[in-house]
Amino acid sequence: MASPETQTPETTSEVMTINIGPHHPATHGVLRLVVDLEGELVRDLKPVVGYVHTGIEKSCESQSYWKVIPFVERMDYVSYFFQMEAFCGAVERLVDLEIPPRARYLRTIFLELNRIHSHLVWLGTTGLDLGAISMLWYCFRERDKILDLFEMATGQRMHTRYFQVGGVIEDIPLGFEAKLREFIADMPVRIGQYEDLLDRNEIFLSRTKGVGIVSRERLLELGVTGPLLRAAGEPWDLRKAFDYLAYPEVDFKVPVGTVGDNYDRYRVRLAEMVESVRIIEQALDGLPEGPYIADDRKYVLPPRSELSTSMESLIHHFKLVTEGYRVEAGEVYYSIEGPRGELGCFVLADGSSKPARVHYRDPSFVNLQAFRDMSVDGYVADMIASLGMLDPILGGVDR
Amino acid sequence: MRSRQLRSRDMLRGDLEGEDLERFVEERVVMTNFDKMLGWARANSMFPLTFGLACCAIEAPISIVTARYDLARFGAEALRASPRQADMIILSGRVSIKMAPVVRRLYDQMLEPKWAMAMGACSSSAGMFSNYAVVQGADKFMPVDIYVPGCPPRPEAVLYGFNKLQRKVMGSPDQGWRRRYNAEGTEEWARGGPRSEPSPEAAEAYEAARASIRA
Amino acid sequence: MPDAPGLELIRGEIEMDHPGAVLDSSFDRGQAALVVAPEHILAALTWLRDSPGHEYRFLSSLHAVDYLPAEPRFVVHYELLNRDRVERLRVKAPLDEQEPEIDSCVDLFPTANFQEREAYDFFGIVFRGHPELTRILLPDDYVGWPLRRDFPIGGEPVKFTYNERNYG
Repeated sequence: MASPETQTPETTSEVMTINIGPHHPATHGVLRLVVDLEGELVRDLKPVVGYVHTGIEKSCESQSYWKVIPFVERMDYVSYFFQMEAFCGAVERLVDLEIPPRARYLRTIFLELNRIHSHLVWLGTTGLDLGAISMLWYCFRERDKILDLFEMATGQRMHTRYFQVGGVIEDIPLGFEAKLREFIADMPVRIGQYEDLLDRNEIFLSRTKGVGIVSRERLLELGVTGPLLRAAGEPWDLRKAFDYLAYPEVDFKVPVGTVGDNYDRYRVRLAEMVESVRIIEQALDGLPEGPYIADDRKYVLPPRSELSTSMESLIHHFKLVTEGYRVEAGEVYYSIEGPRGELGCFVLADGSSKPARVHYRDPSFVNLQAFRDMSVDGYVADMIASLGMLDPILGGVDR
Repeated sequence: MRSRQLRSRDMLRGDLEGEDLERFVEERVVMTNFDKMLGWARANSMFPLTFGLACCAIEAPISIVTARYDLARFGAEALRASPRQADMIILSGRVSIKMAPVVRRLYDQMLEPKWAMAMGACSSSAGMFSNYAVVQGADKFMPVDIYVPGCPPRPEAVLYGFNKLQRKVMGSPDQGWRRRYNAEGTEEWARGGPRSEPSPEAAEAYEAARASIRA
Repeated sequence: MPDAPGLELIRGEIEMDHPGAVLDSSFDRGQAALVVAPEHILAALTWLRDSPGHEYRFLSSLHAVDYLPAEPRFVVHYELLNRDRVERLRVKAPLDEQEPEIDSCVDLFPTANFQEREAYDFFGIVFRGHPELTRILLPDDYVGWPLRRDFPIGGEPVKFTYNERNYG
């Protein structure tokens, strides 16, 4: 592949501004790029976002805290459990509610399943972009298995509203554990299959090796976190830095790359999938017995069986469903490690039963600022490969 | 089975005549009118546009072309990226106010005949997002042929909607369950609503329909 | 988080270098926050980022909040993070309601580029010195600042049979 410097100086070239998207087969969602091209080289790049802006943050201000959960799920629509966890964790810190250990482990299991799901969707669609079309079918075969597990436990494939403030809404059903164990026994074999498909594919390697390198310091300046930062060599992972849920009690490694090119990003995400399987296995082995949601009736719905016998439960239920619980004035910023980086949730409470401000620090929004650095002075085809490896989810970018 | 084989052999030799030949041809030739054939061809070879907006995009168009929920069995596996080559647009996801003119332009760029499926609650009627940023239903700015509810709808639901759209394309649109189950005239209107007191002609027609059911 | 005494120490040290910068400090629910006057925000952020022993070099999030009906109404939040000691610190800059303007910190923290545009888009807060302060998530010709508390939510009411005749 000729490097950009070997272009002959006699040819004159002019800079042409073209528009890619918002409807384009290779943009992951409705992303519009205004690209200045000189021949095949990208000289400048401007992402224009906002084409799927849904005003979720404004909608949340007019819903009670319980009703906010289905809204925030739909921001980054591939990692819905993470958004739920960020919000529920923030509200739990606002009301100082502690969740029982079983709920912590269940949340961890579902979060890691969702991480694998997100990486599978990424791998399938990125393979599709780079020309490795069969990756889509193989990855989505596993994705359907994960969605079967979600459906078994929560009733919905996507956007499950499973996490509630205080724990999870329902315990896992019988047969879930067996099916999950089957899945985690199978998954490392499948990841090996994906590696076999791509790792020695000459076209894939030459399209991703040495492409899209941004230095670690520049990435930190730009606020990039997640697999992009780890591929550049910085072992920063919020699961290890801040102890939350069951992560302190499980043992897992954080994969880190060396060069920071697209190939490293690919390898880091594949290794993360393997680590997630290990986390799920350990969490499942250590799943404690006990309640799956906190006991505090001021914030948590009582179990339905109690409604016919206890008057107090009926009153609590009525109050929680109609008005919702009130949260004293205060503000909290709580962040977790999502599949794309640091997902933070800021909740401002003003004493009423509706939040006064819900803001999400979405990793895709911030990571998109690194896209310009990744693609400038490279070829257009490399820009598409970098966009795939950047893994933006436009629902999170636009909220 | 053996007799059919013998007859085929005779036909190939040129030995079948008269009534035998007529019956042979009847069994193998379909007579229909051109519109129905055109509708059948169109319905079974739709080229959907690869157009995903938000969460529903993960279920369709990505998940319905994968192996479990195979859209290819209905002939629609050739997803085209260019609207000039596609004849069906699946609005999968919420249409924000910034995106609405883009969608309309895409729809205009498609060539006739074209169909639109509003997939999911957000494109049918803005779903849960009744706010400043989402167009309250895609039918505010473009004609929609079929609405598939759900948030997101299961891929099977999308395929069912696709089947209904195929029937509509073939010329016999699915009018709804009342026609299918012979239940016309069983509608009841809420008390106090605008149609709770039917006009006299409507009341007569209602009685006649009920009578025809009992009959 | 720096705990409450640590927070007071930080406040004292900034006061020594930039008197009048810090208006208030609070430690609530385990999270430390400093309220800084908007004129001194760049000085405070530079101090927090560069002074040895307090190197909050990572800006996690920059967002604006509307505290209506409380005064001051608009506050810009800076969530700073020190990755070596794993500590978070929140810096709040209250702004004037009539003309919400503040200096942009894009030179200090390039990550603030898109996030300041978003705060401008939603609240109308002007960041002086931002290289390209235009709307980012809403259409370019949108009028109004949607996330202000007095901006209506919009949308349409749901049609039922009892209010159907109002909508034709």
